[in-house]
Amino acid sequence: MLERGEVANSWRRERWESLRLLTPNWQSRLPGLHYDGPDRDGYMSMREVITFIERFATVSRAPVRTATEVLSLCRVDGGYQLATSGGPIRCRAVVIATGACNVPVVPSVREAVPDSVTQLTPFDYRWPDLLPDGGVLVVGASATGVQLADELRRSGRPVVLSVGEHVRLPRTYRGRDVLWWMDACGVWDQRHDEVDDLDRARRLPSPQLIGTPERRTLDLDALSASGVELVGRLAGLRDGRALFSGGLRNVVALADLKLDRLLDTFDEWAGTTGVDGAPERFPPTRLADSARLQLDLTRGEIRTIVWATGYRPDYSWLDVPVLDGKGRLRHHGGVVDSPGLYALGLPLLRRRRSTFIHGIEDDARAVVDHLAGHLAARL
Amino acid sequence: MTTVDNGVNVQALLDARGALKDAPDAAQFTWRATSTWRNGVHSTTRIQNFFGLGQEQSHKTETVFDADHPAVFAAEDNGITPIEYLLVGLASCLTAGVASVAQNRGIQLRSVESTVEGQHDIRGILGVDSDVRNGFNDVKVTFTIDADASQQEIEALVAQSQKRSAVFDALTNPTNVTVAVA
Repeated sequence: MLERGEVANSWRRERWESLRLLTPNWQSRLPGLHYDGPDRDGYMSMREVITFIERFATVSRAPVRTATEVLSLCRVDGGYQLATSGGPIRCRAVVIATGACNVPVVPSVREAVPDSVTQLTPFDYRWPDLLPDGGVLVVGASATGVQLADELRRSGRPVVLSVGEHVRLPRTYRGRDVLWWMDACGVWDQRHDEVDDLDRARRLPSPQLIGTPERRTLDLDALSASGVELVGRLAGLRDGRALFSGGLRNVVALADLKLDRLLDTFDEWAGTTGVDGAPERFPPTRLADSARLQLDLTRGEIRTIVWATGYRPDYSWLDVPVLDGKGRLRHHGGVVDSPGLYALGLPLLRRRRSTFIHGIEDDARAVVDHLAGHLAARL
Repeated sequence: MTTVDNGVNVQALLDARGALKDAPDAAQFTWRATSTWRNGVHSTTRIQNFFGLGQEQSHKTETVFDADHPAVFAAEDNGITPIEYLLVGLASCLTAGVASVAQNRGIQLRSVESTVEGQHDIRGILGVDSDVRNGFNDVKVTFTIDADASQQEIEALVAQSQKRSAVFDALTNPTNVTVAVA
Protein backbone atom coordinates (compact mmCIF):
# COMPACT_ATOMS: atom_id res chain seq x y z
CA MET A 1 0.00 0.00 0.00
CA LEU A 2 1.54 3.23 -1.15
CA GLU A 3 0.68 6.45 0.71
CA ARG A 4 2.11 9.74 -0.53
CA GLY A 5 2.15 11.21 3.01
CA GLU A 6 1.04 9.69 6.31
CA VAL A 7 -1.87 7.37 7.01
CA ALA A 8 -5.10 9.40 6.62
CA ASN A 9 -3.17 12.04 4.72
CA SER A 10 -6.02 13.87 3.00
CA TRP A 11 -7.99 13.98 6.27
CA ARG A 12 -4.95 15.62 7.89
CA ARG A 13 -4.06 18.16 5.23
CA GLU A 14 -6.99 18.80 2.93
CA ARG A 15 -9.83 19.58 5.34
CA TRP A 16 -10.88 22.70 7.25
CA GLU A 17 -10.63 22.76 11.04
CA SER A 18 -14.27 22.50 12.06
CA LEU A 19 -15.27 19.79 9.58
CA ARG A 20 -16.99 16.71 10.93
CA LEU A 21 -18.13 13.67 8.96
CA LEU A 22 -21.65 13.84 7.54
CA THR A 23 -22.27 10.20 8.47
CA PRO A 24 -23.13 9.33 12.09
CA ASN A 25 -20.49 7.44 14.10
CA TRP A 26 -22.30 4.10 13.96
CA GLN A 27 -21.96 4.21 10.16
CA SER A 28 -18.19 4.63 10.41
CA ARG A 29 -17.22 1.01 10.03
CA LEU A 30 -14.38 -0.64 8.25
CA PRO A 31 -13.80 -4.38 7.92
CA GLY A 32 -13.14 -5.59 11.48
CA LEU A 33 -13.32 -2.12 13.03
CA HIS A 34 -16.57 -0.60 14.25
CA TYR A 35 -17.12 2.61 16.18
CA ASP A 36 -17.08 1.65 19.86
CA GLY A 37 -17.23 5.06 21.52
CA PRO A 38 -20.02 6.55 23.66
CA ASP A 39 -21.72 8.73 21.02
CA ARG A 40 -23.14 6.47 18.33
CA ASP A 41 -25.24 9.27 16.81
CA GLY A 42 -22.46 11.89 16.79
CA TYR A 43 -20.22 12.88 13.90
CA MET A 44 -16.44 12.42 13.96
CA SER A 45 -14.17 15.44 13.99
CA MET A 46 -11.15 15.28 11.69
CA ARG A 47 -8.95 14.38 14.70
CA GLU A 48 -11.27 11.43 15.41
CA VAL A 49 -11.33 10.35 11.74
CA ILE A 50 -7.53 10.34 11.66
CA THR A 51 -7.37 8.26 14.86
CA PHE A 52 -9.99 5.87 13.47
CA ILE A 53 -8.07 5.30 10.24
CA GLU A 54 -4.77 4.97 12.12
CA ARG A 55 -6.41 2.31 14.29
CA PHE A 56 -7.60 0.52 11.17
CA ALA A 57 -4.09 0.56 9.71
CA THR A 58 -2.86 -1.07 12.91
CA VAL A 59 -5.74 -3.55 13.33
CA SER A 60 -5.64 -4.67 9.69
CA ARG A 61 -1.83 -4.73 9.74
CA ALA A 62 -1.92 -3.05 6.35
CA PRO A 63 1.56 -2.98 4.79
CA VAL A 64 1.58 0.78 4.32
CA ARG A 65 4.62 2.43 2.80
CA THR A 66 4.22 6.06 3.85
CA ALA A 67 5.89 9.05 2.19
CA THR A 68 5.83 7.19 -1.12
CA GLU A 69 4.30 9.20 -3.91
CA VAL A 70 3.35 7.52 -7.15
CA LEU A 71 4.81 9.59 -9.98
CA SER A 72 3.61 7.46 -12.88
CA LEU A 73 1.91 4.19 -13.67
CA CYS A 74 2.18 2.50 -17.05
CA ARG A 75 1.34 -0.83 -18.56
CA VAL A 76 4.21 -3.24 -19.29
CA ASP A 77 4.35 -6.83 -20.38
CA GLY A 78 2.70 -8.93 -17.66
CA GLY A 79 1.51 -6.07 -15.51
CA TYR A 80 2.34 -2.51 -14.50
CA GLN A 81 5.37 -0.39 -13.86
CA LEU A 82 5.28 2.38 -11.28
CA ALA A 83 7.69 5.19 -10.73
CA THR A 84 7.52 6.33 -7.11
CA SER A 85 9.43 8.74 -4.91
CA GLY A 86 10.78 5.58 -3.25
CA GLY A 87 11.99 4.01 -6.50
CA PRO A 88 10.42 1.88 -9.23
CA ILE A 89 7.95 -0.91 -8.54
CA ARG A 90 6.74 -3.64 -10.88
CA CYS A 91 3.54 -5.49 -10.17
CA ARG A 92 0.90 -7.64 -11.81
CA ALA A 93 -2.16 -5.78 -10.56
CA VAL A 94 -2.92 -2.33 -9.21
CA VAL A 95 -5.83 -0.98 -7.19
CA ILE A 96 -6.28 2.77 -7.57
CA ALA A 97 -7.65 4.07 -4.28
CA THR A 98 -6.72 7.72 -4.59
CA GLY A 99 -10.26 9.02 -4.18
CA ALA A 100 -12.54 11.40 -6.02
CA CYS A 101 -11.60 14.67 -4.35
CA ASN A 102 -7.91 15.27 -5.08
CA VAL A 103 -8.24 18.70 -6.66
CA PRO A 104 -10.80 21.47 -6.09
CA VAL A 105 -12.61 22.35 -9.32
CA VAL A 106 -12.72 26.08 -9.99
CA PRO A 107 -14.59 27.52 -12.97
CA SER A 108 -12.56 29.48 -15.52
CA VAL A 109 -14.35 32.74 -14.64
CA ARG A 110 -11.92 32.91 -11.71
CA GLU A 111 -9.52 34.63 -14.11
CA ALA A 112 -11.90 37.58 -14.51
CA VAL A 113 -12.13 38.24 -10.75
CA PRO A 114 -10.57 41.61 -9.81
CA ASP A 115 -7.19 41.37 -8.04
CA SER A 116 -8.62 43.17 -5.00
CA VAL A 117 -10.70 40.07 -4.20
CA THR A 118 -8.99 37.13 -2.44
CA GLN A 119 -9.88 33.74 -3.92
CA LEU A 120 -9.83 30.51 -1.91
CA THR A 121 -10.67 26.87 -2.54
CA PRO A 122 -11.79 24.58 0.29
CA PHE A 123 -8.23 23.18 0.32
CA ASP A 124 -6.88 26.66 1.18
CA TYR A 125 -9.54 27.36 3.79
CA ARG A 126 -8.87 26.47 7.44
CA TRP A 127 -10.95 28.82 9.61
CA PRO A 128 -12.69 32.21 9.19
CA ASP A 129 -9.94 34.38 10.74
CA LEU A 130 -7.63 33.61 7.85
CA LEU A 131 -9.89 35.59 5.51
CA PRO A 132 -9.72 39.36 5.10
CA ASP A 133 -12.42 41.25 7.00
CA GLY A 134 -15.52 42.00 4.97
CA GLY A 135 -17.99 40.21 2.76
CA VAL A 136 -17.61 36.75 1.28
CA LEU A 137 -19.14 35.26 -1.85
CA VAL A 138 -19.37 31.50 -1.50
CA VAL A 139 -19.94 29.84 -4.87
CA GLY A 140 -21.64 26.45 -4.59
CA ALA A 141 -24.31 25.17 -2.20
CA SER A 142 -23.47 21.51 -1.72
CA ALA A 143 -22.10 20.17 1.58
CA THR A 144 -18.88 22.20 1.44
CA GLY A 145 -20.50 25.45 0.32
CA VAL A 146 -23.32 25.46 2.86
CA GLN A 147 -20.94 24.58 5.71
CA LEU A 148 -18.43 27.29 4.84
CA ALA A 149 -21.19 29.86 4.24
CA ASP A 150 -22.61 29.01 7.67
CA GLU A 151 -19.26 29.24 9.46
CA LEU A 152 -18.29 32.50 7.73
CA ARG A 153 -21.67 34.05 8.53
CA ARG A 154 -21.29 33.04 12.18
CA SER A 155 -17.90 34.80 12.19
CA GLY A 156 -19.83 38.02 11.62
CA ARG A 157 -19.13 38.45 7.92
CA PRO A 158 -21.77 39.33 5.33
CA VAL A 159 -22.12 36.23 3.15
CA VAL A 160 -23.66 35.83 -0.30
CA LEU A 161 -24.19 32.22 -1.39
CA SER A 162 -24.46 31.39 -5.08
CA VAL A 163 -26.79 28.41 -5.47
CA GLY A 164 -26.99 26.05 -8.44
CA GLU A 165 -28.54 22.59 -8.49
CA HIS A 166 -28.33 21.07 -5.04
CA VAL A 167 -29.61 18.29 -2.79
CA ARG A 168 -31.72 19.40 0.18
CA LEU A 169 -31.86 17.09 3.19
CA PRO A 170 -33.04 17.56 6.77
CA ARG A 171 -30.50 16.32 9.33
CA THR A 172 -33.12 14.19 11.06
CA TYR A 173 -36.42 12.75 9.87
CA ARG A 174 -39.10 11.25 12.14
CA GLY A 175 -36.57 11.45 14.98
CA ARG A 176 -33.77 9.58 13.24
CA ASP A 177 -30.72 10.65 11.28
CA VAL A 178 -31.64 11.08 7.61
CA LEU A 179 -28.69 8.82 6.73
CA TRP A 180 -30.18 6.12 8.97
CA TRP A 181 -33.14 6.18 6.57
CA MET A 182 -30.92 6.02 3.50
CA ASP A 183 -29.19 3.00 4.98
CA ALA A 184 -32.25 1.21 6.36
CA CYS A 185 -34.70 1.61 3.49
CA GLY A 186 -32.27 0.29 0.90
CA VAL A 187 -31.54 3.44 -1.13
CA TRP A 188 -27.81 2.88 -0.63
CA ASP A 189 -28.04 -0.76 -1.75
CA GLN A 190 -28.95 0.23 -5.29
CA ARG A 191 -26.31 -1.25 -7.61
CA HIS A 192 -24.40 0.63 -10.30
CA ASP A 193 -26.06 -1.48 -13.00
CA GLU A 194 -29.55 -0.71 -11.63
CA VAL A 195 -29.20 3.08 -11.74
CA ASP A 196 -31.01 4.80 -14.65
CA ASP A 197 -28.37 7.35 -15.47
CA LEU A 198 -25.17 6.16 -13.81
CA ASP A 199 -23.08 9.00 -15.14
CA ARG A 200 -25.42 11.52 -13.60
CA ALA A 201 -25.80 9.61 -10.34
CA ARG A 202 -22.03 9.53 -9.92
CA ARG A 203 -21.91 13.29 -10.35
CA LEU A 204 -24.72 13.95 -7.85
CA PRO A 205 -23.80 16.94 -5.67
CA SER A 206 -23.16 16.14 -2.00
CA PRO A 207 -26.23 16.83 0.14
CA GLN A 208 -26.72 20.00 2.20
CA LEU A 209 -25.73 18.41 5.51
CA ILE A 210 -23.48 19.26 8.45
CA GLY A 211 -22.40 17.05 11.34
CA THR A 212 -22.95 18.96 14.59
CA PRO A 213 -23.54 17.77 18.16
CA GLU A 214 -27.06 19.29 18.13
CA ARG A 215 -27.84 17.54 14.82
CA ARG A 216 -29.08 20.72 13.18
CA THR A 217 -30.37 20.99 9.62
CA LEU A 218 -28.33 23.23 7.32
CA ASP A 219 -30.55 23.82 4.30
CA LEU A 220 -31.10 27.11 2.46
CA ASP A 221 -33.85 28.15 4.90
CA ALA A 222 -31.43 27.74 7.82
CA LEU A 223 -28.82 29.80 6.00
CA SER A 224 -31.33 32.55 5.10
CA ALA A 225 -32.45 32.68 8.74
CA SER A 226 -28.85 33.29 9.84
CA GLY A 227 -28.56 36.16 7.36
CA VAL A 228 -26.88 34.53 4.38
CA GLU A 229 -28.08 36.13 1.11
CA LEU A 230 -29.00 33.61 -1.58
CA VAL A 231 -28.36 34.31 -5.26
CA GLY A 232 -28.58 32.14 -8.39
CA ARG A 233 -25.84 30.09 -9.98
CA LEU A 234 -22.77 32.14 -10.94
CA ALA A 235 -23.31 32.49 -14.68
CA GLY A 236 -20.44 34.76 -15.61
CA LEU A 237 -18.26 37.75 -14.78
CA ARG A 238 -18.35 40.92 -16.84
CA ASP A 239 -16.57 44.22 -16.14
CA GLY A 240 -15.84 43.18 -12.56
CA ARG A 241 -19.44 42.19 -11.95
CA ALA A 242 -20.52 38.72 -10.97
CA LEU A 243 -23.67 37.77 -12.91
CA PHE A 244 -26.06 35.27 -11.36
CA SER A 245 -28.68 33.13 -13.05
CA GLY A 246 -32.30 34.19 -12.75
CA GLY A 247 -33.24 30.51 -12.40
CA LEU A 248 -32.76 30.25 -8.61
CA ARG A 249 -36.45 29.59 -8.03
CA ASN A 250 -36.35 26.53 -10.28
CA VAL A 251 -33.27 24.87 -8.75
CA VAL A 252 -34.91 25.36 -5.36
CA ALA A 253 -38.19 23.87 -6.64
CA LEU A 254 -36.32 20.88 -8.08
CA ALA A 255 -34.58 20.24 -4.73
CA ASP A 256 -37.83 20.58 -2.76
CA LEU A 257 -39.63 18.16 -5.09
CA LYS A 258 -36.75 15.68 -4.94
CA LEU A 259 -36.73 15.83 -1.14
CA ASP A 260 -40.47 15.10 -1.03
CA ARG A 261 -40.00 12.08 -3.32
CA LEU A 262 -37.21 10.77 -1.08
CA LEU A 263 -39.40 11.20 2.02
CA ASP A 264 -42.20 9.36 0.19
CA THR A 265 -39.75 6.47 -0.28
CA PHE A 266 -38.89 6.52 3.43
CA ASP A 267 -42.56 6.63 4.48
CA GLU A 268 -43.52 3.83 2.13
CA TRP A 269 -40.74 1.65 3.52
CA ALA A 270 -41.67 2.64 7.10
CA GLY A 271 -45.27 1.63 6.40
CA THR A 272 -44.28 -1.86 5.30
CA THR A 273 -41.81 -2.45 8.14
CA GLY A 274 -43.71 -0.82 11.00
CA VAL A 275 -41.19 1.86 11.94
CA ASP A 276 -42.81 4.17 14.49
CA GLY A 277 -43.49 7.85 13.95
CA ALA A 278 -45.57 9.80 11.47
CA PRO A 279 -44.66 11.27 8.08
CA GLU A 280 -43.37 14.84 8.14
CA ARG A 281 -43.17 17.31 5.28
CA PHE A 282 -41.03 20.42 5.28
CA PRO A 283 -42.30 23.73 3.94
CA PRO A 284 -41.01 24.78 0.51
CA THR A 285 -37.72 26.67 0.66
CA ARG A 286 -38.36 30.39 1.19
CA LEU A 287 -36.78 32.84 -1.21
CA ALA A 288 -36.77 36.62 -1.38
CA ASP A 289 -39.17 38.00 -4.02
CA SER A 290 -36.26 38.68 -6.32
CA ALA A 291 -32.68 37.63 -5.80
CA ARG A 292 -29.83 39.90 -6.87
CA LEU A 293 -28.67 39.19 -10.43
CA GLN A 294 -25.41 41.17 -10.23
CA LEU A 295 -22.73 41.87 -7.65
CA ASP A 296 -20.06 44.49 -8.28
CA LEU A 297 -16.81 42.92 -7.12
CA THR A 298 -14.84 46.17 -7.48
CA ARG A 299 -16.71 48.07 -4.77
CA GLY A 300 -15.25 46.35 -1.71
CA GLU A 301 -18.51 44.75 -0.57
CA ILE A 302 -17.02 41.33 -1.33
CA ARG A 303 -13.43 40.83 -0.19
CA THR A 304 -13.19 37.06 -0.65
CA ILE A 305 -14.61 34.43 -2.99
CA VAL A 306 -14.67 30.84 -1.77
CA TRP A 307 -14.99 28.38 -4.67
CA ALA A 308 -17.03 25.49 -3.27
CA THR A 309 -17.58 24.26 -6.81
CA GLY A 310 -16.64 20.63 -6.37
CA TYR A 311 -13.62 18.40 -6.58
CA ARG A 312 -12.17 16.03 -9.12
CA PRO A 313 -9.73 13.15 -9.04
CA ASP A 314 -6.15 13.72 -10.20
CA TYR A 315 -5.00 11.07 -12.67
CA SER A 316 -2.08 13.08 -14.07
CA TRP A 317 0.27 10.25 -12.98
CA LEU A 318 -1.75 7.57 -14.77
CA ASP A 319 -0.19 6.68 -18.15
CA VAL A 320 -2.76 4.01 -19.02
CA PRO A 321 -5.49 5.02 -21.52
CA VAL A 322 -8.46 4.38 -19.23
CA LEU A 323 -9.95 7.87 -18.92
CA ASP A 324 -13.04 9.03 -20.78
CA GLY A 325 -13.30 12.32 -22.69
CA LYS A 326 -14.05 14.13 -19.44
CA GLY A 327 -11.04 12.73 -17.61
CA ARG A 328 -13.03 10.21 -15.57
CA LEU A 329 -11.84 6.67 -14.97
CA ARG A 330 -13.66 4.11 -17.17
CA HIS A 331 -14.59 1.18 -14.97
CA HIS A 332 -17.39 -1.31 -14.36
CA GLY A 333 -17.97 -1.65 -10.65
CA GLY A 334 -14.30 -1.02 -9.91
CA VAL A 335 -12.93 -3.21 -12.73
CA VAL A 336 -10.99 -0.81 -14.95
CA ASP A 337 -10.75 -1.24 -18.74
CA SER A 338 -7.19 -2.57 -18.51
CA PRO A 339 -6.48 -6.12 -17.28
CA GLY A 340 -5.23 -6.13 -13.69
CA LEU A 341 -6.22 -2.52 -13.02
CA TYR A 342 -8.89 -1.81 -10.38
CA ALA A 343 -10.46 1.12 -8.57
CA LEU A 344 -11.90 1.51 -5.07
CA GLY A 345 -13.32 4.41 -3.11
CA LEU A 346 -15.18 6.31 -5.83
CA PRO A 347 -18.78 7.61 -5.71
CA LEU A 348 -21.28 4.87 -6.58
CA LEU A 349 -18.44 2.55 -7.57
CA ARG A 350 -20.64 -0.55 -7.15
CA ARG A 351 -23.55 0.72 -5.05
CA ARG A 352 -24.78 4.06 -3.77
CA ARG A 353 -23.18 2.97 -0.48
CA SER A 354 -19.73 3.07 -2.16
CA THR A 355 -19.62 6.84 -1.69
CA PHE A 356 -19.32 6.36 2.09
CA ILE A 357 -16.64 4.96 4.41
CA HIS A 358 -18.71 1.88 5.25
CA GLY A 359 -19.27 1.14 1.56
CA ILE A 360 -15.72 -0.11 1.18
CA GLU A 361 -16.18 -3.53 2.76
CA ASP A 362 -18.45 -5.05 0.10
CA ASP A 363 -16.73 -3.17 -2.71
CA ALA A 364 -13.26 -4.33 -1.65
CA ARG A 365 -14.45 -7.92 -1.40
CA ALA A 366 -15.94 -7.89 -4.91
CA VAL A 367 -12.97 -6.13 -6.47
CA VAL A 368 -10.41 -8.32 -4.71
CA ASP A 369 -12.33 -11.44 -5.84
CA HIS A 370 -11.99 -10.28 -9.41
CA LEU A 371 -8.34 -9.38 -8.88
CA ALA A 372 -7.57 -12.78 -7.37
CA GLY A 373 -9.25 -14.43 -10.37
CA HIS A 374 -7.13 -12.33 -12.70
CA LEU A 375 -3.92 -13.37 -10.95
CA ALA A 376 -4.91 -17.04 -10.82
CA ALA A 377 -5.81 -17.12 -14.51
CA ARG A 378 -2.40 -15.89 -15.44
CA LEU A 379 -0.33 -18.33 -13.38
CA MET B 1 -52.47 -0.56 -19.30
CA THR B 2 -53.08 2.17 -21.85
CA THR B 3 -50.31 3.69 -23.93
CA VAL B 4 -49.43 7.26 -23.14
CA ASP B 5 -49.40 9.42 -26.24
CA ASN B 6 -48.64 13.14 -26.07
CA GLY B 7 -47.46 13.09 -29.67
CA VAL B 8 -43.80 13.37 -28.72
CA ASN B 9 -41.39 10.88 -30.25
CA VAL B 10 -39.35 10.45 -27.09
CA GLN B 11 -37.54 7.42 -28.46
CA ALA B 12 -36.09 9.52 -31.29
CA LEU B 13 -34.91 12.11 -28.74
CA LEU B 14 -33.34 9.45 -26.54
CA ASP B 15 -31.66 7.91 -29.57
CA ALA B 16 -30.32 11.33 -30.56
CA ARG B 17 -29.00 11.83 -27.04
CA GLY B 18 -27.16 8.54 -27.24
CA ALA B 19 -25.79 9.22 -30.72
CA LEU B 20 -24.62 12.76 -29.95
CA LYS B 21 -22.88 11.75 -26.73
CA ASP B 22 -19.86 10.68 -28.74
CA ALA B 23 -20.36 13.12 -31.63
CA PRO B 24 -20.33 16.63 -30.14
CA ASP B 25 -19.63 18.19 -33.56
CA ALA B 26 -22.94 16.97 -34.95
CA ALA B 27 -24.69 18.61 -31.99
CA GLN B 28 -23.62 22.10 -33.06
CA PHE B 29 -26.62 23.96 -34.49
CA THR B 30 -26.90 27.47 -35.90
CA TRP B 31 -30.35 29.05 -35.91
CA ARG B 32 -30.87 31.94 -38.32
CA ALA B 33 -33.31 34.73 -38.99
CA THR B 34 -33.17 37.49 -41.59
CA SER B 35 -34.89 40.75 -40.96
CA THR B 36 -35.94 43.66 -43.19
CA TRP B 37 -37.02 47.12 -42.15
CA ARG B 38 -40.42 48.09 -43.55
CA ASN B 39 -41.32 51.53 -42.30
CA GLY B 40 -41.39 53.26 -38.97
CA VAL B 41 -40.68 50.63 -36.29
CA HIS B 42 -42.22 47.88 -38.41
CA SER B 43 -39.93 45.07 -39.60
CA THR B 44 -40.41 41.64 -41.12
CA THR B 45 -38.30 38.70 -40.05
CA ARG B 46 -38.13 35.47 -42.03
CA ILE B 47 -36.99 32.09 -40.82
CA GLN B 48 -36.50 28.95 -42.86
CA ASN B 49 -32.96 27.56 -42.91
CA PHE B 50 -30.70 26.44 -40.13
CA PHE B 51 -27.58 24.33 -39.72
CA GLY B 52 -27.34 21.16 -37.67
CA LEU B 53 -26.23 17.51 -37.64
CA GLY B 54 -23.30 18.56 -39.81
CA GLN B 55 -25.30 20.03 -42.70
CA GLU B 56 -27.74 22.66 -43.88
CA GLN B 57 -31.32 21.98 -42.85
CA SER B 58 -34.60 23.57 -43.72
CA HIS B 59 -38.03 23.98 -42.16
CA LYS B 60 -40.92 22.66 -44.28
CA THR B 61 -41.91 26.23 -45.09
CA GLU B 62 -40.68 29.73 -44.47
CA THR B 63 -42.33 31.59 -41.56
CA VAL B 64 -42.65 35.35 -41.59
CA PHE B 65 -42.94 37.40 -38.41
CA ASP B 66 -44.07 41.00 -38.30
CA ALA B 67 -42.87 43.12 -35.45
CA ASP B 68 -44.07 46.61 -34.70
CA HIS B 69 -45.30 48.58 -31.72
CA PRO B 70 -48.87 49.35 -30.62
CA ALA B 71 -50.72 52.61 -30.99
CA VAL B 72 -49.79 53.72 -27.47
CA PHE B 73 -46.21 53.87 -28.77
CA ALA B 74 -47.45 56.02 -31.67
CA ALA B 75 -46.84 53.15 -34.08
CA GLU B 76 -49.02 51.31 -36.60
CA ASP B 77 -49.24 47.99 -34.78
CA ASN B 78 -48.48 45.76 -37.76
CA GLY B 79 -47.34 43.05 -35.39
CA ILE B 80 -46.38 42.30 -31.81
CA THR B 81 -43.51 44.14 -30.12
CA PRO B 82 -40.09 42.48 -30.23
CA ILE B 83 -40.02 41.85 -26.49
CA GLU B 84 -43.33 39.99 -26.78
CA TYR B 85 -41.54 37.51 -29.06
CA LEU B 86 -39.50 36.56 -25.98
CA LEU B 87 -42.76 35.56 -24.28
CA VAL B 88 -43.68 33.46 -27.34
CA GLY B 89 -40.29 31.77 -27.16
CA LEU B 90 -40.44 31.10 -23.43
CA ALA B 91 -44.01 29.80 -23.37
CA SER B 92 -43.57 27.53 -26.38
CA CYS B 93 -40.23 26.19 -25.15
CA LEU B 94 -41.52 25.36 -21.66
CA THR B 95 -44.70 23.82 -23.13
CA ALA B 96 -42.65 21.62 -25.46
CA GLY B 97 -40.60 20.60 -22.44
CA VAL B 98 -43.68 19.70 -20.40
CA ALA B 99 -44.98 17.48 -23.23
CA SER B 100 -41.63 15.76 -23.75
CA VAL B 101 -40.95 15.14 -20.07
CA ALA B 102 -44.51 13.89 -19.59
CA GLN B 103 -44.12 11.46 -22.49
CA ASN B 104 -40.80 10.25 -21.11
CA ARG B 105 -42.33 9.77 -17.64
CA GLY B 106 -45.43 8.01 -18.96
CA ILE B 107 -47.84 10.81 -18.03
CA GLN B 108 -50.86 11.38 -20.31
CA LEU B 109 -51.59 15.08 -20.78
CA ARG B 110 -55.14 16.28 -21.48
CA SER B 111 -54.50 20.02 -21.56
CA VAL B 112 -51.59 22.36 -20.94
CA GLU B 113 -52.30 26.06 -20.74
CA SER B 114 -49.95 28.78 -19.66
CA THR B 115 -49.89 32.51 -19.30
CA VAL B 116 -46.68 34.47 -19.40
CA GLU B 117 -46.32 37.95 -18.01
CA GLY B 118 -43.24 40.12 -18.38
CA GLN B 119 -42.94 43.16 -16.12
CA HIS B 120 -41.34 45.96 -18.08
CA ASP B 121 -40.48 49.49 -16.97
CA ILE B 122 -40.30 51.38 -20.26
CA ARG B 123 -38.44 54.31 -18.69
CA GLY B 124 -35.33 52.26 -19.52
CA ILE B 125 -35.80 52.15 -23.30
CA LEU B 126 -37.02 55.76 -23.36
CA GLY B 127 -33.90 56.92 -21.55
CA VAL B 128 -35.93 58.55 -18.76
CA ASP B 129 -33.88 57.02 -15.96
CA SER B 130 -30.48 55.37 -16.50
CA ASP B 131 -30.96 53.18 -13.41
CA VAL B 132 -33.88 51.39 -15.07
CA ARG B 133 -32.88 48.46 -17.26
CA ASN B 134 -34.15 48.09 -20.83
CA GLY B 135 -35.37 44.53 -20.52
CA PHE B 136 -37.84 42.73 -18.29
CA ASN B 137 -37.61 43.23 -14.53
CA ASP B 138 -39.43 40.02 -13.89
CA VAL B 139 -41.12 37.28 -15.87
CA LYS B 140 -43.85 35.07 -14.49
CA VAL B 141 -45.19 31.93 -16.14
CA THR B 142 -48.27 30.19 -14.75
CA PHE B 143 -49.19 26.72 -15.99
CA THR B 144 -52.58 25.06 -15.72
CA ILE B 145 -52.20 21.38 -16.53
CA ASP B 146 -54.75 18.60 -16.69
CA ALA B 147 -53.04 15.22 -16.73
CA ASP B 148 -53.15 11.71 -15.29
CA ALA B 149 -50.74 12.66 -12.54
CA SER B 150 -50.56 13.98 -8.99
CA GLN B 151 -50.02 17.66 -8.24
CA GLN B 152 -46.46 16.79 -7.19
CA GLU B 153 -45.78 14.98 -10.48
CA ILE B 154 -47.15 17.94 -12.44
CA GLU B 155 -44.92 20.35 -10.51
CA ALA B 156 -41.97 18.09 -11.26
CA LEU B 157 -42.84 18.18 -15.00
CA VAL B 158 -42.80 21.96 -14.98
CA ALA B 159 -39.56 22.11 -12.96
CA GLN B 160 -37.82 19.62 -15.26
CA SER B 161 -38.99 21.47 -18.36
CA GLN B 162 -37.27 24.63 -17.04
CA LYS B 163 -34.14 22.65 -16.33
CA ARG B 164 -33.92 21.56 -19.97
CA SER B 165 -35.26 24.69 -21.66
CA ALA B 166 -33.12 26.60 -24.16
CA VAL B 167 -35.17 29.77 -23.87
CA PHE B 168 -35.37 29.66 -20.06
CA ASP B 169 -31.57 29.41 -20.03
CA ALA B 170 -31.15 32.17 -22.60
CA LEU B 171 -33.37 34.51 -20.54
CA THR B 172 -31.98 33.70 -17.09
CA ASN B 173 -28.27 33.57 -17.92
CA PRO B 174 -26.03 36.09 -19.65
CA THR B 175 -25.11 35.41 -23.29
CA ASN B 176 -22.42 37.09 -25.36
CA VAL B 177 -24.06 39.04 -28.17
CA THR B 178 -22.08 40.62 -31.00
CA VAL B 179 -23.80 43.07 -33.33
CA ALA B 180 -21.71 44.03 -36.36
CA VAL B 181 -22.20 46.12 -39.47
CA ALA B 182 -21.47 44.24 -42.68
